[in-house]
Amino acid sequence: MSMTRHAEPAVATPPAPGPKETDGRTSERPLALRLLARPEVGVFLGAAAVYVFFLIAAPPVRDGGSMATILYQSSTIGIMALPVALLMIGGEFDLSAGVAVITSALTASMLSYQLTLNVWVGVIAALIVSLAVGFFNGWMVVKTGLPSFLVTLGTFLILQGANLAVTKLVTTNVATDDISNMDGFDQARKIFASSFDIGGVQVKITVFYWLVFAALATWVLLRTRYGNWIFAVGGNKDSARAVGVPVTFTKISLFMLVGVGAWFVGMHQLFTFNTVQSGEGVGQELIYIAAAVIGGCLLTGGYGSAIGPVFGAFMFGMVNQGIVFAGWNPDWFKAFLGVMLLGAVLINLWVRQSATRR
Amino acid sequence: MTKNESTTHGAILQDTPPQGEDGPIVELRNAGKSYGNIRALHGVSLSVYPGKVTCVLGDNGAGKSTLIKIISGLHQHTEGDFLVDGTAVRFSTPRDALDKGIATVYQDLATVPLMPVWRNFFLGSEMTKGPWPVRRLDIARMKATADQELRNMGIVLDNLEQPIGTLSGGQRQCVAIARAVYFGARVLILDEPTAALGVKQSGVVLKYIAAARDRGLGVIFITHNPHHAYMVGDHFSVLRLGTMELSADRSEVSLEELTNHMAGGAELAALKHELSQVRGVDVEELPEAEDLTAPVAGAPASEGKS
Repeated sequence: MSMTRHAEPAVATPPAPGPKETDGRTSERPLALRLLARPEVGVFLGAAAVYVFFLIAAPPVRDGGSMATILYQSSTIGIMALPVALLMIGGEFDLSAGVAVITSALTASMLSYQLTLNVWVGVIAALIVSLAVGFFNGWMVVKTGLPSFLVTLGTFLILQGANLAVTKLVTTNVATDDISNMDGFDQARKIFASSFDIGGVQVKITVFYWLVFAALATWVLLRTRYGNWIFAVGGNKDSARAVGVPVTFTKISLFMLVGVGAWFVGMHQLFTFNTVQSGEGVGQELIYIAAAVIGGCLLTGGYGSAIGPVFGAFMFGMVNQGIVFAGWNPDWFKAFLGVMLLGAVLINLWVRQSATRR
Repeated sequence: MTKNESTTHGAILQDTPPQGEDGPIVELRNAGKSYGNIRALHGVSLSVYPGKVTCVLGDNGAGKSTLIKIISGLHQHTEGDFLVDGTAVRFSTPRDALDKGIATVYQDLATVPLMPVWRNFFLGSEMTKGPWPVRRLDIARMKATADQELRNMGIVLDNLEQPIGTLSGGQRQCVAIARAVYFGARVLILDEPTAALGVKQSGVVLKYIAAARDRGLGVIFITHNPHHAYMVGDHFSVLRLGTMELSADRSEVSLEELTNHMAGGAELAALKHELSQVRGVDVEELPEAEDLTAPVAGAPASEGKS
């Protein structure tokens, strides 16, 4: 705000677009090098390589239906990987993201079933709970200054325990009751878990959400003040504060954004399977973080993109399903992922170092 | 001063010219700061006038950092008064200070190394366009403005997209000063801007300090280099162990005296006496205590000597 006030005089005289003068000590770096410096380029090449590899190794992958399955698998990871990536660029982690998905689904399911309410009441309540969990995480991290690793590890354990305990208490079972006959279920399913027919192939709606959210996140990150602040609080929190960036707001809202992601994926699971297994979600948080890191986000914050994690999540879906389509033992999935993660991190490191050297 | 107090009721009138040409923009009266039972700063008085450079000198741990943290809004003073335009203020965040036109160029420059130069230039005060849901950064305008402002300061960068971390220390310092000047600072606080720089780059930075002064800004120049201070300073305050050891206008003090005060002043004379008893140490060139004629400021004389 204070900006616009001071900006006016300078704006009246935009510099003439004359020939660029330089001090002659630097030269323009080649286009290829500048491209490689983008955070998402490494993972794009990696994803393309994995895709080509399975196209050759597993012929069923070439089928449109298989691709739809792969994209669906990728989208359920990818939707969560986006806010997790933004949070990581903002310099923080959220280890509770995996179980928070289940917490959200359990809230919606049990609330509407036990009180015989329209499922939309449960859906809204779940959103509020997810936002509250995100706010708690963010508030604790900002106010105590503790590493988010510790704070969210605590939240992770709390939620994991509460998911099981509360579900057993309410339903005397480890899963919630089937809500498919409840009011509003069909409508909610249409929004969170329907499919589209594209050229004879059934594509899950989450794939579209995934791509739309990714486009939105990219725009926010690169074209808005808030996006600028995300990079700043992750890159150097103290500097950001000193020049007037609202660090507390930015960090807490990022945690709450992860809450929104958890809510969305939780609703998708609920309206796909009608019931929720209370013990699920453990370990998923690391998958999201891995997708973000493979996607070129710097673990220490301040660097990354929203497109990178899209390719990161696609690599996950591709490998996960590709192994099945290739007829290999699916036990190898995690091992494959580990190799991929290390490879991606090393490539990113090498790419960034060689591209920023001048 | 009293007249000013009745005209500004703490409201931020954005385009009001400084109250009275001669009044200080920022003034500290016997200000101090304690962290628990540690007294970091005590009885410090300082006035910053538009178009003047006020130098604050002192050794490590003298309280220079505490002093600027109070003025820039990172900390609050615990004793004395802090006045802006004659009105007592108490800043709770750096934003408050910025809104009053007090900009600080920190020792670490308050830049985000991995972000492009132009994003750093506008960080926290980004230009935007469009109505709310699609309000977005006005990137073309920001880049053009940043480029123009940097050129005005004599800095020509061929690529504003390069991360600011790839610039040299002097270049980053100049970007930070250009940023503060552009964002309408009336008071510029420079925290040891020449500390990590070579001779030539220090000269460039000193040139910008003079340029900022000539544009009518009040400059607080924190340094521990009396030579740099004397080149641009109009008023000199020397801090020692959290209190004012010297407060003198340029006309009242010579570079030599400044250097001596900076180096410990009276204590140095005592040290000279001790050293004279060590064989092989030539102390003839060092001044005696009586030679320090510049007025000793602030604290009562008895306290200064004890």
